[in-house]
Amino acid sequence: MTGVGARQAGSMSYREAMREAMREALAADDRVFLMGEDVGRYGGAFGVSLGLVEEFGPERVRDTPLSESGFVGAGIGAAIAGLRPIVEVMTVNFSLLALDQILNNAATLLHMSGGQVAVPLVIRMTTGAGRQLAAQHSHSLEAFYAHIPGIRVLAPATVADARWMLAPALADPDPVIVFEHGSLYNGTDSTADEPGPVDLGSAVVRRPGADLSLITYGGSLGKALTAAEQLAAQDEVDAEVVDLRSLRPLDDATVIGSVRRTHRAVIVDEGWRTGGLSAEVAARITEQAFYDLDAPVERVCGAEVPVPYAAQLEQAALPQVPDIVAAALRAVG
Amino acid sequence: MVRIRQFEERCVELYSGGEVRGFVHLCIGEEAVSAGVLGALGPEDAVVTTYREHGHALARGIPAESVFAEMLGRVTGCSRGRGGSMHLFDVSRRFYGGHGIVAGGLPVAAGLALADRMRGQEHVTCCLFGDGALAEGEFHETANLAALWDLPLLLACENNLYAMGTALNREHAQTDLAARAASYGLVAWGVDGMDVLAVERAVARAARAIRDGAGPVFLELRTYRFRAHSMYDPDRYRDKAEVERWKERDPIQVLSTRMRAEDGLDDKAIAEVEKEVSEELDTALDHARQGGTEPVEDLLRFVYSPAEGSS
Repeated sequence: MTGVGARQAGSMSYREAMREAMREALAADDRVFLMGEDVGRYGGAFGVSLGLVEEFGPERVRDTPLSESGFVGAGIGAAIAGLRPIVEVMTVNFSLLALDQILNNAATLLHMSGGQVAVPLVIRMTTGAGRQLAAQHSHSLEAFYAHIPGIRVLAPATVADARWMLAPALADPDPVIVFEHGSLYNGTDSTADEPGPVDLGSAVVRRPGADLSLITYGGSLGKALTAAEQLAAQDEVDAEVVDLRSLRPLDDATVIGSVRRTHRAVIVDEGWRTGGLSAEVAARITEQAFYDLDAPVERVCGAEVPVPYAAQLEQAALPQVPDIVAAALRAVG
Repeated sequence: MVRIRQFEERCVELYSGGEVRGFVHLCIGEEAVSAGVLGALGPEDAVVTTYREHGHALARGIPAESVFAEMLGRVTGCSRGRGGSMHLFDVSRRFYGGHGIVAGGLPVAAGLALADRMRGQEHVTCCLFGDGALAEGEFHETANLAALWDLPLLLACENNLYAMGTALNREHAQTDLAARAASYGLVAWGVDGMDVLAVERAVARAARAIRDGAGPVFLELRTYRFRAHSMYDPDRYRDKAEVERWKERDPIQVLSTRMRAEDGLDDKAIAEVEKEVSEELDTALDHARQGGTEPVEDLLRFVYSPAEGSS
């Protein structure tokens, strides 16, 4: 078995980091198993679970039929019975077929049963656009899930978070949904083999700065960091970049603390603007730090359109670095 | 069955008197299913059921006081008053609800069975659901998973001929439900759901087969509810004569007629049982009414599990 000791020195991709996290979890705890469409023989739709079925067998790396509601619900039942399932749903779009199970059962049973039925389930799914997959494979619906009390919603944006978030997610007694932005899988990082304490409830300042707060998560973190570097180089604006990391609960303290220091906020969210996460974060800043603001809160969001296939249209539908830079300059202007 | 019948009749009074609110789905007429199915299962077997589950809960051994208290919204209820009539839970008895979404409990039951299967335990998970559930995709998904993975799952379909107000032949293209289930590779057969002994025999046989590794079983328990879908339902969609015809097959009457003939049961013995049950329920209801209510400050409890070390 390869566990923590198998961590590679040097560079690791986001995909490998997630795979290594699952390998470690499967090796460490007999109760853990992975279930989902094509996770076994195929190696995972995005190659995340490649090789795990050879190592752990088809009982514990379990291919499922195309039955999102059925196998997510089965994960709930297995979790109730004391196992620790990791359920992979290919994309957040498909997860809507299992929304009844996630909302009406996973998120609800503990409360509705008066504290008797805990559901220690981890659901992983991809989200996001940028690969010309068109509307039914590209949406960022994290806000739908962040809306639901009873679940925890995570968005690992870095290779290190992909590597180290799964273990605490599995240790959590309640349902956890992990959103993996599809554009992140090939990204590499050399720091991922250094375990850091991952407190699932906390946001992280990825780049300190004094002039404004760029608040984002998941697939938009890289764009926000690039925008921050451009702002520093071209405009002498020192942007702080806050990675929300946990979409439910939201870490108000880190977000509000940052805005109190910088007095300006730009929220970058690939999801739609209306009723989205950016609206929630903006509302919280207004509620808790209104008098600290020197400018209106800016939002850079996905266009209010089903994500199109054509490359130029898709790119235009998504937050891009120039959009973030422009919003930041409006805020400091 | 007498206990379930009388419990349900009290629910009518409690609802009419305004003490119990929400949706209340009675199972009067379907007692043979509750008593037969739950009577044939062992304490280690798991049960997942629907919103019409008072009878299942009582037959599983959840005290009437606890069910009454739940319906009265008391903290002493089996779900601390957070579930109500539709969401009775008792994990100590492996009774996992009480699901309000038609067919929503089916995949969860498959997961409970999967866990037993993966750990090599010989328990059966019994999922109870109505005929309406067969029109939902979750029935198809669960039947396929159960057969594909050879799960120790008993799919107990309580076919009372109506999905809310829609008759079986208006909701299903194929009304032979056992035949449909068999098409997934499940062992499936129909049972007279008004005859408690037939139900118990069928479930015992199915559970034995499942424990012996025969894979999942589907039972179509043909029954009828004498009352409307819920207390809220004016019951305009069915012929009164049809209801009266089914009442001639009242499961309590079916059994007592048989026991009169075969066991020498007489009116006096029946009256004694009824009186005994009535007194038990009086006491249970009294106690339930005295139960406390959860403080409003505890509203947010159980949304998430308590952190380790906290109470």
